[in-house]
Amino acid sequence: MAAAAARFLLGSVHSRAAATAVALGTHGGPGGALLKGAAARRSGRAAQRRYAAHFTFQPDPVPTKYGPTQKMNLFQSVTSALDNTLASDPTAVIFGEDVAFGGVFRCTVGLRDKYGKDRVFNTPLCEQGIVGFGIGVAVAGATAIAEIQFADYIYPAFDQIVNEAAKYRYRSGNLFDCGNLTIRAPWGCVGHGSLYHSQSPEAFFAHCPGLKIVIPRSPVQAKGLLLSCIADKNPCIFFEPKILYRAAVEQVPTEPFHIPLSQAEVVLEGSDVTLVAWGTQVHVMREVATMAQEKLGVSCELIDLQTILPWDTDTVCKSVVKTGRLLISHEAPVTGGFAAEISARVQEECFLNLEAPIARVCGYDTPFPHIFEPFYIPDKWKCFDAVKRMINY
Amino acid sequence: MAAAGGFGALGRLGRHAVRRAAALRAATQPRLRAFRVSGAQLQQPFNTSEEKPQFPGASAEFVDQLEFIQPNVISGIPVYRVMSRQGQIINPSEDPQLSKETVLNFYQKMTLLNTMDRILYESQRQGRISFYMTNYGEEGTHIGSAAALDSNDLVFGQYREAGVLMYRGFPLDLFMAQCYANADDLGKGRQMPVHYGSKDLNFVTISSPLATQIPQAAGAAYAVKRENSNRAVICYFGEGAASEGDAHAGFNFSATLECPLIFFCRNNGYAISTPTNEQYRGDGIAARGPGYGMLSIRVDGNDVFAVYNATKEARRRAVAENQPFLIEAMTYRIGHHSTSDDSSAYRSVDEVNYWDKQDHPISRLRHYMTARGWWDEDEERTWRKQSRKLVMEAFEKAERRLKPRPDLLFTDVYNEITPTLTKQRDSMWRHLQQYKEHYPLDLYDK
Repeated sequence: MAAAAARFLLGSVHSRAAATAVALGTHGGPGGALLKGAAARRSGRAAQRRYAAHFTFQPDPVPTKYGPTQKMNLFQSVTSALDNTLASDPTAVIFGEDVAFGGVFRCTVGLRDKYGKDRVFNTPLCEQGIVGFGIGVAVAGATAIAEIQFADYIYPAFDQIVNEAAKYRYRSGNLFDCGNLTIRAPWGCVGHGSLYHSQSPEAFFAHCPGLKIVIPRSPVQAKGLLLSCIADKNPCIFFEPKILYRAAVEQVPTEPFHIPLSQAEVVLEGSDVTLVAWGTQVHVMREVATMAQEKLGVSCELIDLQTILPWDTDTVCKSVVKTGRLLISHEAPVTGGFAAEISARVQEECFLNLEAPIARVCGYDTPFPHIFEPFYIPDKWKCFDAVKRMINY
Repeated sequence: MAAAGGFGALGRLGRHAVRRAAALRAATQPRLRAFRVSGAQLQQPFNTSEEKPQFPGASAEFVDQLEFIQPNVISGIPVYRVMSRQGQIINPSEDPQLSKETVLNFYQKMTLLNTMDRILYESQRQGRISFYMTNYGEEGTHIGSAAALDSNDLVFGQYREAGVLMYRGFPLDLFMAQCYANADDLGKGRQMPVHYGSKDLNFVTISSPLATQIPQAAGAAYAVKRENSNRAVICYFGEGAASEGDAHAGFNFSATLECPLIFFCRNNGYAISTPTNEQYRGDGIAARGPGYGMLSIRVDGNDVFAVYNATKEARRRAVAENQPFLIEAMTYRIGHHSTSDDSSAYRSVDEVNYWDKQDHPISRLRHYMTARGWWDEDEERTWRKQSRKLVMEAFEKAERRLKPRPDLLFTDVYNEITPTLTKQRDSMWRHLQQYKEHYPLDLYDK
């Protein structure tokens, strides 16, 4: 898979200095030297603007109810969750492509040394095999945590996920199940991931009863939600916004804790418009809420959906009953995207409360492009404009 | 699925990785050797001074002549057999020496399956069940392999392995309940007929998508290995299913991850209408095993003792050495693929008759028993009558039974019933209240 690509992607999400450090740290061969030179030559506003992120991460208040905390970025909080799991559950195993040396995104660093190579191991390069294997581990009663290197490469395992994992319990009358299976995969745009390192495939899986699909927005959410996925008695897909792996840093409890699945979180309270998003897009929407307040005097209520399937209808509908307006935004293409499901449901449940058409600001119905990414993504200006039009409707 | 662009950096990483791996290998080699007696060749330690290939991907010598490796398909891997078509033991040292009681049990399980097949096949023709798949000609592969396993060994199947369940004592009532999808069905009437499963008998529920069970079996075998409980996993599939990508995945994973697993391929010559020469061009399935570093054998699937011996030894070694084995049992699919298929559209009646009359696993075992004075015409007649009665009783009972409660349409989608599903269930009941005369409610449990 795309180990080297992964490092380039990571290097670019934050500062130029960090990108240089990554290049130096990983290789040190002629390629590394070239990269370093390129980084040194980059100066001036063009380079700066090219690498500006489309969002600003805002840490949540330090969680106090789960004991001591430590500063972690998102990949470290994933490692922490996996570490807690391997420590408490002797059956738990972690496997996938390149997880043994720590993973191309560093999510499994140190775990093989700590827990043994029979518990943290590489598989052959074959996604349908990884998920099929994980189902088998779970059917035998052990805890299986499978990694798919990029969400973009989960499709070879689509059959195992949709026809097998999702239907195991139902078709056997609950004689057998693979509820102990969790599939983790890096997800979402990353600045220049192009077609196959940027995708957000959650809607493909949202049409599949039997699965749970979860996407966190921050290190704290990532750890709490991942631990819930692993503990949950249903097969879960956990998508990790890879642009946040290093960019998002906050205080995360070191001990295990759970954030419930199928519960959306009201991140900001407001009265005029409801904004719904998940993953990185929650941070985009937070900025939109600030802009709407400052420039339009509009009060936005921001909801992080967190679980795509089965999703929290009640929290979203309750908010829309109050505000009368709804904007849903996701990176994935608009047609058949999960915003369509939310929109249809809210329209059914809140018809008498809606004061404007529900707006969807999403990716366009194209493959995810390389050099055109800044124009493709549903950034804060596109979302802000949608709020403005909705208020003036 | 590799993304381009990764290669340069991987190459650079590779050099360091090789040195590290070589050191690691030196340390772990003795233990690995003990673990896998004749498994995949381990690579040589890195040594630049020798005039030998140093490629990490294979352990081999240089040659100075251009020569392509020829596949050997004319004279393929030989077919292991223990008894002739007349039921005579060919090589006494290979005789498993099973007791009369054991052999009678083999015979009765094979014939009981055959009787059940005939009755359920007919019942489908009469529209009493929606679908059926017989096991004609493959009874020996099921019983011979099942008998060589421990009852704790986990079974993953395709759909033509009902004899394994029969051998493990799955009641006729439950076979019938599944086919009729009545209220006694352990699967709650959700799957098509012949999609059996039994938690108690360690037989994982069958699903229709072909070959999906193969990598799953590898995962289960890996988990079983970590339990250290002296268990193995067996995974059955047809030669057609072996063409699926999941077969490749399962073979390769089980070898690299050292899983105590027996792959059991039923090569019966056809995948629905597709003959094997349109399925593959190599020497069947067994020839693929060594390519994955897997010990492999081909057996006469109509010889229950050959199947038994091969499975017994594969099981013993799979558990002791934590490595997968591949058994390809050569058979012939005597029946139609399923009740939705008429096989005379693509093969001759003469061909089918040969296997039914001249080389059948049931008649071969009967020859063996008759020669020993363990079975005669009278016993045959009595058993036929008795087995028919047993099957008919279960059949009639299953037919009379109501279907499961319609509520069961909504449970087990998830471990818990979700709020959305609760709403949909309530909505269905409200609808049924109002329109009940349009639905077959009287056939279902209340």
